[in-house]
Amino acid sequence: MTEVHQTLDARNLSCPMPVLKSKKALKALEINQVLEILTTDPGSMADIPAWTRTTGQELISAEELGPKDYRFLVRRRN
Amino acid sequence: MTESISQSITLPSEEKPKRMAIIASAGTLDAAYTPVILASTAAAMDMEVAIFFTFYGLNLIHKKKSKKLKVSPIANPAAPMPVPNIIGMIPGMTGMATWMMNRWMKKANVIKFLELRDVCLESGVRMIGCQMTMDVMGIKEEELIDGCELGGAASFLEFAKDADITLFM
Repeated sequence: MTEVHQTLDARNLSCPMPVLKSKKALKALEINQVLEILTTDPGSMADIPAWTRTTGQELISAEELGPKDYRFLVRRRN
Repeated sequence: MTESISQSITLPSEEKPKRMAIIASAGTLDAAYTPVILASTAAAMDMEVAIFFTFYGLNLIHKKKSKKLKVSPIANPAAPMPVPNIIGMIPGMTGMATWMMNRWMKKANVIKFLELRDVCLESGVRMIGCQMTMDVMGIKEEELIDGCELGGAASFLEFAKDADITLFM
């Protein structure tokens, strides 16, 4: 079980807000700390991983918990 | 081993950030979203971004006009309320299409254009107003929002020549 240091509730937000808020929230963490991101935007299943790949952050997991219910764990790497 | 560690530590700072250059030339509400959505997201993806606002695109950084951007139902079969052009000409139809578009966006929880533009400014997106267009349209510098710069074709090209992504909107 990965330890979560901060949770970002980005539910009911649509593109591009989940990524913009994730970026802000991650920057507030220390290196190696983990951000949990909750979203309802189906586009975030593609966008959050694209954002982590581009910025060199670590995507620990991307889960679809149910219809329009997504959870991501991202570790700050830089 | 030591080398790979030092590489991974120094890489982010040594690597040149990706760069995106956008020309925003349209001044309607529907066209306003694309540049600010892409610019704010690119900034969140650690890219350097500049938007060059030219011709009608200047509306998007005009203090007053940017608060009342509209969607035209004329010659716009994809408008929120597609109507024949002859109907679209009736007074009030532009207001109606604009109202419908705003309602669409709200229903889909899309953040407002003005808020996205603020995010762009906060995250360091450079907003450049086209000086020549301002002269043509009689727009003064103080009519533009705070935080933007003025420049011409050369200013945009100087930034865009090293861009990884260049878009005309």
